[in-house]
Amino acid sequence: MSQPVNYNDRPWLDPEAEPFIKVQSVSKHFGDFTAVDSVDLEIYKGELFSLLGGSGCGKTTLLRMLAGFETPSSGSIVIDGVNMNNVPPYERPVNMMFQSYALFPHMTVENNVAYGLKRDGVARSEIDRRVADMLSMVELTQFAKRKPHQLSGGQRQRVALARALVKQPKVLLLDEPLGALDKRLRDQTQYELMNIQERLGVTFVVVTHDQEEAMTLSTRIAVMDAGRFMQIGTPTEIYEFPNSRLVAEFIGNANMFEGRVTENGPDHVAIEGKNPKCDFYIDHGMSIAEGTKVWIALRPEKIRISKEKPANGGINSVRGMVHDIGYLGGTSTYRVQVGDGHLVEITSTNQSRPKDVNPPIDWDEEVFLHWEPSSSVVLTK
Amino acid sequence: MSVPAETVLPAGQSLGFRLRRRLLYLVQHHWRGLVLVIPFGWLLIFFLAPFFIVLKISVAEAIIASPPFTPMIDWVSDGIMHVRIVIDNYAYLWEDDLYVNTYLNSIKISTISTILCLLLGYPIAYAIVRSSHTTKHILLMLIILPFWTSFLLRVYAWMGILADQGLINDFIRWLGYEPIRLLYTQTAVYIGIVYTYVPFMILPLYANMEKLDWELLEAAADLGARPMTTFFTITLPMTLPGIIAGSLLVFIPATGEYVIPDLLGGGNVLMIGRVLYNEFNANVDWPVASAVAIALLLVLVLPMMLYQHIQGKQVEGK
Amino acid sequence: MNGKRPVFLWSVLIFGIAFLYVPMLLLVIYSFNSSRIVPIWGGFSTKWYGELFDSPEIWEAVSLSLKIATVNACFATILGTLAGLALVRFGRFKGRTLFSGMISAPLVMPEVITGLSLLLLFITMQEFIGWPDQRGFTTITIAHITFSMAYVAVIIQSRLSGMAQDLEEAAQDLGAKPFRVLTDITLPLLAPGMLAGWLLSFTLSLDDLIIASFVTGPGAVTLPILIYSRVKLGLRPDINALATIIILVVAIGVIVAGYIMLRQQKQREREQSMTANES
Repeated sequence: MSQPVNYNDRPWLDPEAEPFIKVQSVSKHFGDFTAVDSVDLEIYKGELFSLLGGSGCGKTTLLRMLAGFETPSSGSIVIDGVNMNNVPPYERPVNMMFQSYALFPHMTVENNVAYGLKRDGVARSEIDRRVADMLSMVELTQFAKRKPHQLSGGQRQRVALARALVKQPKVLLLDEPLGALDKRLRDQTQYELMNIQERLGVTFVVVTHDQEEAMTLSTRIAVMDAGRFMQIGTPTEIYEFPNSRLVAEFIGNANMFEGRVTENGPDHVAIEGKNPKCDFYIDHGMSIAEGTKVWIALRPEKIRISKEKPANGGINSVRGMVHDIGYLGGTSTYRVQVGDGHLVEITSTNQSRPKDVNPPIDWDEEVFLHWEPSSSVVLTK
Repeated sequence: MSVPAETVLPAGQSLGFRLRRRLLYLVQHHWRGLVLVIPFGWLLIFFLAPFFIVLKISVAEAIIASPPFTPMIDWVSDGIMHVRIVIDNYAYLWEDDLYVNTYLNSIKISTISTILCLLLGYPIAYAIVRSSHTTKHILLMLIILPFWTSFLLRVYAWMGILADQGLINDFIRWLGYEPIRLLYTQTAVYIGIVYTYVPFMILPLYANMEKLDWELLEAAADLGARPMTTFFTITLPMTLPGIIAGSLLVFIPATGEYVIPDLLGGGNVLMIGRVLYNEFNANVDWPVASAVAIALLLVLVLPMMLYQHIQGKQVEGK
Repeated sequence: MNGKRPVFLWSVLIFGIAFLYVPMLLLVIYSFNSSRIVPIWGGFSTKWYGELFDSPEIWEAVSLSLKIATVNACFATILGTLAGLALVRFGRFKGRTLFSGMISAPLVMPEVITGLSLLLLFITMQEFIGWPDQRGFTTITIAHITFSMAYVAVIIQSRLSGMAQDLEEAAQDLGAKPFRVLTDITLPLLAPGMLAGWLLSFTLSLDDLIIASFVTGPGAVTLPILIYSRVKLGLRPDINALATIIILVVAIGVIVAGYIMLRQQKQREREQSMTANES
């Protein structure tokens, strides 16, 4: 078993590292519909890799091609150096945890977990041992003799996980692993899943539509839309440096401003906003021609709101009118109308109680928004 | 299992054992083909082929021989093939008022019976759907239970009720009126058909109503629709698939019905099923019986295809 | 909806149930009538039961019908299950439309037509290949299988399409080859459907008069054929006795089955509420 990936060594940055799963220009068509459109992907050993996207983006189809339930219309999938194109699902070194868990309703928990080992012709005594180990790992030993319908949702999820892991697959595929659980259980299970992955060092490929889940779990995320990858990167990269408006808007919330590059210096870029009319100053250089139309993404939590005019002469700041306030306990969300009807969302932490803020910000008040030169993300597409 | 059976088996194993191994190998490796070929083959031989035989005989001439019809293909001495197709049987059906009237009467009886079944079955299905969980199960069981008892005996039961000395006439006599003729009339046939086929109406209606979103009715009421308006604008259109399925399930078999007109209608009620049966068994006129069958099929082919369409959509549409 | 039950609906419901059951009840009552003329009450008697049990004809017909029904049910279940599997799990194949048409056609085909066409087939086959050399048990069974398998196929089809395909995929994922998936997962899960299909085929066969009377031959008298030949001439008290026995057997069977199903359902509900409390 290899060591799991930690954040200090990042195999995807190492040109020498050999990827464990290689997806090479794979497409999948269903009639006229293209579910996966010529994608390339490299996943390294021990990663917890997420495929993130809305429904119909092709993430499940890609996962099913890794499992072998769909064959690529073109391209190839290589796992651990072996081309998988003509390998049926029952001979692949991967196992899948289904969204519905797909537990066999006519078998006990024990037999569900043992099923895969029996198919491999593992000796009876070893099956018993491995099943017992696995059940104790997912804390289900006392439920071994139960049928799936006698278990709660969380317990079923753990049976499904145990059943897929007991065969010690090279890759574990998880289709919306937390989708069927309620919010509270989901948060808890999320960390359990990470612990198990770290402990066993198995490569996980997770399909999810939940960006929070993807952010928490993954070493890297691939954001998918319409059968293509929009961006592949670590959670931080994707959140802080989205490469397109779509990614910026899909991962978390982002305020978008349209603008035009007015100045392109070696260590800074200046952009003139169109609506609202304001000047953006970015404190690093970029390879962008002057006059290019761009979008600027600003995360709600990166904008500060105050009643006093900031002292930097109107750069990276704009005046507006409070339109809505949403008090969420730990944070408050303000929607501020700037320029010509454009609404900007701001999240601010409630560090002190509202009555202590002197005076509090109220509806229809004039406020000033400002942000750091490093906070804006400039997007060209 | 990919090792050939012979190499695994020591010499001298019994032939039966070897055969079993062979068979096992066959099943394990070609089961997909077998799954398809066995039922498909069965139906081709015992369902499709017979129709072509009926079609063939319906264009032959009746003769006194065994089998009692002329062959379609004659081999004249020099190897010349002689194909004989006689459409006289169909012309005969068309020209003879007896057959035309029988067809029309069958359609009339089954149409009216279908409407009666709908009028009786719709409120019953509705009442079952709206009853509580346990009551629903008991009522459904009560509707299905007659299915499992003999159809013939249920028709027979009505012979006793409708007879001149039967229960209904006893009651009429007790009231002081003249007894009326019920058995061996068209009315008896209607009663018999409604009695035996009303569960076929109730069950599809129930299945359809069970899936309805009853909040829609509350929404309609909330928007100001009176109960009658709600029924005609919401309930009825939404239960239409159930109505169509149930009606076809009553109409199709009722049109070809034999036992009910025979036992309850006596000789007075002409229905195609009965004519076909008699033509074949009493008159031994196979070509005409075959022509009657083909003509009956033509009458029913549209409703049958409609039913299959609905059924197919239901099964495949999950 | 308010809690008040609409009077109209319930009166129709009660009328409907009475309409279904009163004739059967009368059959039972008159089976204990000592008078030979069925509708005229002549006092309580069980003599018709005695007469019924003494008649060897009845016993022969019952045993023939049961034999046919059993063989039919077994074959129809196998063939119908195979057909259902092929239709739901094999996707598109050549001749699928014809196949699915042939599978569901017997459900709505008038019995007189099925009976006539099968008889003509048997006669033709006898003429050309010498088989079946006589009509009776074999021909009736074949005819019954042909229409019973359609009912089984419909049950299996709806079970299969309701059954999530990911169970079968999960088995494959865990290393089961397609045939193994069939025997380990698909068939066990289809078992209740197959049982339902078997029972339905069994009853359909026991109940069939018309197709059997077309394809039967001399000497092979099934129970419905026997009953029919007797009631055609009028009411007979021994037939009432027979009907009473049949109704009794069916009622007991259905009540027991219903009770078992209800208990299983209650248990499942209990277990579900139990697990809800645990988690």
